[in-house]
Amino acid sequence: MKRALDFVLLIVVGFVFWEAMHLAAPFALTSPVESVAKAWSMALSPVYWPHVAETAKAFAYALLLAVGGGLALGLSLGLNRTSAEVAEPIMISVYSLPKVTLYPVILLVFGLGLPAKVAFGTIHGIIPVAIFAMNAVRNLPNVHLKTGRVLRLSRWQTLTTIVVPGALPEIVSGLRIGFSVTLLGVLIGEMFASQRGVGYVLMSAIGVHDVATIMASIVLLAIVAVSASAFLLWLDHRLHHRAS
Amino acid sequence: MLRLLVVGGFVVALEVLCRTGVISKLVLIAPSEMAIHLFGILSSRKADADILESLTNVMLAVLLSVVGGFAIGAFIHSFPRLRRAIDPFLASYYALPFFAFYPLFIVLFGLGRGAIVAIGVLFGIVAMIISTLTAFDRIPRALVRTASAYRMGPVEAALRVKLPSAIPFLFTGFKLAIAYAFIGVIAAEFIMATSGLGYSISYAFNNFDNGTMYGLMLFVIVLVTAVNAVFHTIERRLLRRWGR
Amino acid sequence: MAVHEQAVAARGDGVQPVHVSVRGVTRVYGDPVTGIRALAPTDLSLRRGEFYSVIGPSGCGKSTLLDVLAGLSRPTTGTIEFEGRVLDGVPDGIGVVFQEDACFAWLTVSDNITFGLRRAGVDPAEIARRLDYALRLMGLVDFATSYPAQLSGGMRQRVCIARTLVMQPRMILLDEPFGALDAQTRLIMGDELLKVWRETGATVLLITHALDEAAMLSDRIGIMSARPGRIIEEVETGWPRERDSRIAAEHSFGDITTRLWSVLRDESLKSVQLGGGR
Repeated sequence: MKRALDFVLLIVVGFVFWEAMHLAAPFALTSPVESVAKAWSMALSPVYWPHVAETAKAFAYALLLAVGGGLALGLSLGLNRTSAEVAEPIMISVYSLPKVTLYPVILLVFGLGLPAKVAFGTIHGIIPVAIFAMNAVRNLPNVHLKTGRVLRLSRWQTLTTIVVPGALPEIVSGLRIGFSVTLLGVLIGEMFASQRGVGYVLMSAIGVHDVATIMASIVLLAIVAVSASAFLLWLDHRLHHRAS
Repeated sequence: MLRLLVVGGFVVALEVLCRTGVISKLVLIAPSEMAIHLFGILSSRKADADILESLTNVMLAVLLSVVGGFAIGAFIHSFPRLRRAIDPFLASYYALPFFAFYPLFIVLFGLGRGAIVAIGVLFGIVAMIISTLTAFDRIPRALVRTASAYRMGPVEAALRVKLPSAIPFLFTGFKLAIAYAFIGVIAAEFIMATSGLGYSISYAFNNFDNGTMYGLMLFVIVLVTAVNAVFHTIERRLLRRWGR
Repeated sequence: MAVHEQAVAARGDGVQPVHVSVRGVTRVYGDPVTGIRALAPTDLSLRRGEFYSVIGPSGCGKSTLLDVLAGLSRPTTGTIEFEGRVLDGVPDGIGVVFQEDACFAWLTVSDNITFGLRRAGVDPAEIARRLDYALRLMGLVDFATSYPAQLSGGMRQRVCIARTLVMQPRMILLDEPFGALDAQTRLIMGDELLKVWRETGATVLLITHALDEAAMLSDRIGIMSARPGRIIEEVETGWPRERDSRIAAEHSFGDITTRLWSVLRDESLKSVQLGGGR
């Protein structure tokens, strides 16, 4: 209860700070009340929904590919010590590359449109999911695998009944990060190479300096991102709490 | 050793695919050609100003992120209630498309460097805040008690015991801040600046100058990987020496 | 020796048939010539249904011996026969309890205990029966639906023992199972282990570094040398089958621990010089 109160309090403080910023520079950003009102009217407007649907579709595909691919990659690399040791620094380097610079390549390969956005979201999300899954498997206590051998489990049984459940808390942590960066990837993709989607709306608003739309878009995105992340964080805490 | 082989194998495979025409020259040029173009760019010194500009931006962003992130992290850590309330925001932070704030930054900092660095800081600072929180969490209680046993005051305990014991984790934050600042600065330049490395890549892309585009891309990839490798090695040494 | 004669007299049941025999087993980690020799040629035979403990200085290869016996790792040379068959991988009919917390954090106590049975496709009614029995025997009835994280270290180790005994192993191997527990809990857990041993009739091999634990629980104790380890001496305790930790009050308990320590002290000193003492 107290936690929920603190959470609300923090949001209120954020709004007050925002209002102060607005008073200091009224041209740079709209006030919180205006922005929320604008966000509300945007959320209700029929013009906006196709953009949301477009972004949601690209995001769903990208997330599916990032999570599926990341798990497959991470679990298979993690099961073997050598492959994990070889792969880890490579994956971390790839993760820290400014992937925006790769955007031209994606465009050249996929052309403008949905596939490019999906590909861009996927390359953002797949690496963190894979890194977390891989380390989760590597950090699994050896005694668990020994127990599997003493019980004479098959490889498949060991994977499904020991490795995956044991690695689950870490996998969820990876999903949390993967979720965020995949969304970011899709949005960036839309921002400068798309005619549709939330990112496009945002970019065209930036182009014409339509501050109200910019702020409203940020509000909507923040609500989606923070609530999804809060849910995954809650799941994450629950799983980790049980494990520790 | 194996790692070099894997990366080398990948580069050779790419080279072969490009040379044999499996991958069209319009999409991707062979790695050796990229290197030649890069060499041309570097020896003609025509990109020096842009490179210098980007690096300066990154360094400024890193400096501000690390100092600011440490201060904010230390502040948040001393208020557990604030910390609990703020956690979901920190965790979902990276899903927000910061570029949307660009117009705001232009108003606040003027056109040019200020706004770009601000985006770099937005990217880097939260990684540092999170690492600082982790670092402070991991200070063993026994050490804090030892400090009291030596009758150290709070300042002395912080400087002589807490800070040194937190350094490996703080260093991780430093490393992440560098990677994220790179991502932020290059991406911001790419999308909306009129100079810098990111801008040059995007300019080359828009003018179908694949040679320059891939040459500069290679430069960014090699630079970021090298910087990462250096800090990764230092981090490993630190962790090993202190037996964590 | 006096202790030995007492043993045979007290048991009165003669010598049981051999259950496991280890012949000339060595284990080298890494290169066969330059690698670390964990086990010197080791010989050991366990009688069916006996409680045998192995004690030895730190790093002498006790755990290696257990791994090899369990079929978890292959001996470099030599052979192990379990129930008349040469060991090749983990055989049917053995259970292992490890020192580390091996409870699956994501399963309840009941699900942890029945984990192996469910994988082996045992009939659900039979699983329920064995679960019920194990929960009762180990005093876990009230914790059946708890998760391991909610239990103390001793309770978690009980779960691991229960998980092993429901498989009805004919031989139970324990690798310092109580090493992470406090002194009182160790004594209680020792009594629990004796109960399991009597109830199941399994052959028990206990690896430990605690002299009193070995002296209190075992029918026979093998003392291992410093690395590379081998059994250099065996001591019979001569305890009756019905016994618990209070046997430490017996007059001969002191004789046994003194005897164990006199051999072990030299080996421990060697081990410390080898850098084996951690």
